[in-house]
Amino acid sequence: MKVHVKLSTLGKLCLGLMLSLAVSADEPQTDARTFIPNPPKAKENFSPTQKCIEPVDIMRSNHGEFLKHHRDDTMHRGVRTIKYSLVACINCHVTKSADGNYPSIKKGSEHFCRSCHTYAAVSIDCFQCHASKPIEPFSR
Amino acid sequence: MNEEISPTQNRRDFLKTTAVVAGMTVAPGVLLYGVSRAHHADGAVTSDVRWGMLIDTTKCSEGCDKCVSACATEHGLTEDVRPDIAAQWIRKVGVRDKQTGKEYSLPLLCQHCEHPPCVDVCPTGASFKRADGIVLVDKHICIGCRYCMMACPYKARSFIHETLENQKPYSPRGKGTVESCTLCVHRVDNEQQPACVEACNKVGHKAMLFGDLKDPNSDISKKLKEVRSTALRPDLRLNPGVRYQGL
Repeated sequence: MKVHVKLSTLGKLCLGLMLSLAVSADEPQTDARTFIPNPPKAKENFSPTQKCIEPVDIMRSNHGEFLKHHRDDTMHRGVRTIKYSLVACINCHVTKSADGNYPSIKKGSEHFCRSCHTYAAVSIDCFQCHASKPIEPFSR
Repeated sequence: MNEEISPTQNRRDFLKTTAVVAGMTVAPGVLLYGVSRAHHADGAVTSDVRWGMLIDTTKCSEGCDKCVSACATEHGLTEDVRPDIAAQWIRKVGVRDKQTGKEYSLPLLCQHCEHPPCVDVCPTGASFKRADGIVLVDKHICIGCRYCMMACPYKARSFIHETLENQKPYSPRGKGTVESCTLCVHRVDNEQQPACVEACNKVGHKAMLFGDLKDPNSDISKKLKEVRSTALRPDLRLNPGVRYQGL
């Protein structure tokens, strides 16, 4: 009885090993399929010494907070400064793709916001209402 | 005794002179501030202004809907899926005096009340009045309950039923929220006139006058002092920012 149990466990172990080997054999393929975010470059630098309105690592982790804070300031208090404004972000960061059109926010990964958000699996609802591309001529 | 009095006199003199000096130094600052009193130093709007509009119904032409189309263009109010339920931020209303048969035509938009019923009833605080009197919907907070639409005596608000695309950057709009005339807040904050007023002036009717109701020297305040104007449904005592002349 004891031997039988041991044999079955051994069988399971073997199966597990084989499976893991199979997975590792597949790994290069998975890598090729894995989407790595490659957001397009912005139109211009904020200043000669600084790329964006804040250092890039701070922007990467805190841009949501900045936008949310600014949206309340704009909506309720009428503060219309360019810094942290979603419209300003879009104007600078959303660039035309190779075919001369602005990339879609709904499909693909070419749109600046979408490239990372698809990778991080974080849905963005901003563009259900807000414009996802710069519109020219801009009324203001 | 003298010794006790003299310090008091000195203090008085000191206060007098400081007051004079302070007055002199503050005066240029006050003047500078007066130019841009619509905004705080940090860019926030203040209650020193109250934006309003005077609509001269005698100048408003019956067939003209330039204000309506200008609004639709400015804010992208076209509805492709179901045009019959498109948002109406401003519309032309025909009024007929039953006794005399006299017909009027007037643009009806959000009246930007001092005591807005839409703000009173909003359960989430999405409907609010800005410091400068502009009544807005914060669509980030709006849950689309449409209570404000029921509360508004002017039927000024619209609900968005369908998914929208290609919204204007300065006028975000979306499905499931209520919206109304913003008095072109993005333009007003940039010291421009609302799109409807601009369009009306452009055609030469000049039936809409926009300005600061709290500034006694503004064109609108001067005209309001001069002509007889009325609010719509004055019995409700909402003190709208939009007033009508010649009704």
